[in-house]
Amino acid sequence: MSATKTHLVEQLKGGLDAPICLTWELTYACNLECVHCLSSSGRRDPRELTTDEAKAVLDELHDLQVFYINIGGGEPTIRRDFFEILEYSIGRGIGVKFSTNGAFIDADKARRLAAMEYLDIQISLDGTDAVTNDAVRGEGSYDMAIRAMNHLRDAGFGEFKISVVVTRHNVDQLDEFKALADSFGAQLRITRLRPSGRGADSWHDLHPTQAQQRQIYDWLVANGDKVLTGDSFFHLNALGEEPLPGLNMCGAGRVVCLIDPIGDVYACPFVIHDEFKAGSVRDEGGFAQVWKHSDLFTELREPQSAGACSSCGSYDACQGGCMAAKFFVGIPLDGPDPECVYGHGEAAMLAASAGDRPRPMMDHSKPVKVATPERVSVTIGRR
Amino acid sequence: MNADIASNALLERRLALHPQVALRPEPFGALAYHYGNRKLIFLKHPDVVRVVQALAEHDTLAATLRACDIDPARWPSFERALTALTESEMLHERHQDPSG
Repeated sequence: MSATKTHLVEQLKGGLDAPICLTWELTYACNLECVHCLSSSGRRDPRELTTDEAKAVLDELHDLQVFYINIGGGEPTIRRDFFEILEYSIGRGIGVKFSTNGAFIDADKARRLAAMEYLDIQISLDGTDAVTNDAVRGEGSYDMAIRAMNHLRDAGFGEFKISVVVTRHNVDQLDEFKALADSFGAQLRITRLRPSGRGADSWHDLHPTQAQQRQIYDWLVANGDKVLTGDSFFHLNALGEEPLPGLNMCGAGRVVCLIDPIGDVYACPFVIHDEFKAGSVRDEGGFAQVWKHSDLFTELREPQSAGACSSCGSYDACQGGCMAAKFFVGIPLDGPDPECVYGHGEAAMLAASAGDRPRPMMDHSKPVKVATPERVSVTIGRR
Repeated sequence: MNADIASNALLERRLALHPQVALRPEPFGALAYHYGNRKLIFLKHPDVVRVVQALAEHDTLAATLRACDIDPARWPSFERALTALTESEMLHERHQDPSG
């Protein structure tokens, strides 16, 4: 890494006056229930920000000169005011990239979206065939995504994005994903699976194996300049001389953050948990106050200790990996990443007993329908 | 292409910030975001920001560097930085006379 770049990264770690990249989950409501959902989405939270509150947040982001926001959910297009929020944001000079499973993008909506400026769309897809995809995202979700992509192409939307969470089961399909994206004139985006939300339960079965980590690294070295990654694979940098494209640092609370559907502000999209909640846009002073002065973000911008990794020669390359990934598997934040390429994460996970693993704080999953519900009488109260 | 010829040519070019680019001042310099091609670039030095903002007021990049009091010894690094900015289309060729 060049001296200028190192210098820049050090400055970014100290935080900026406004986020570079802000994710905003508009709703916890979702028609799907993906097994790795970061926000455990399914049911709408009744405390969701109103349209006016959402617009007030956008006014603030405009004043902070946030260039664009990443909108997600849940399924953001479920909100009845989705287009209103979209148009308001773009009207304020804040570009929008939104993630969707595609369910509600019909021919009409695709044409409406194609007519908008400063808009990017990411269709989520976790397999190049229905079997691989639907195992993670639910039955029918592959067809749903492909249908939306066809509508966007037919409407002349241009280069939308296909967004893939890399798992043990689709890692062999990276070339096929690329070919699929090319066939739609789309851009491929691949990101890292995190043990967050419902992913806390599915991660151990889905995350790429040690050998597959190398496979991802090699693929990114060969193809990284043609795909987007959200800089999410920097923990793999210890695998070679050549750093992957990107800033190679954890941006949580420093250059990125998350606003959830009820206005709570978290350090990043992968840590929806009280320990990483900095405040709420509904608090006095709004989002700017949280971003600039919250205790949590101030702490995250201080120099971090390399901890257990301080004796490892690769710390500069991988930076100890992802804070969220460590947190939800019970590894201390100054411990190794659970997917440490040298395998130190395995030992750290074993050392952390299952009882140390924090549970996701909120679960918006739909109630499980039991075929023959059995009523059990319980007494609720303190003992 | 010969690198010297390319960079000399850059010094004589009439450049300006692309109209779809927004600059956000930062302690290290500025963030530049291109609403058209969605590229985000770091301008890693306040002097680079100053030069970029002054481009439209001068005939050529060389004239801008002189007007901004940039030591000629540092010109090559500015040429490199501005070459990258033209490649990412943050800067474009200006055809009209400088508006002043």
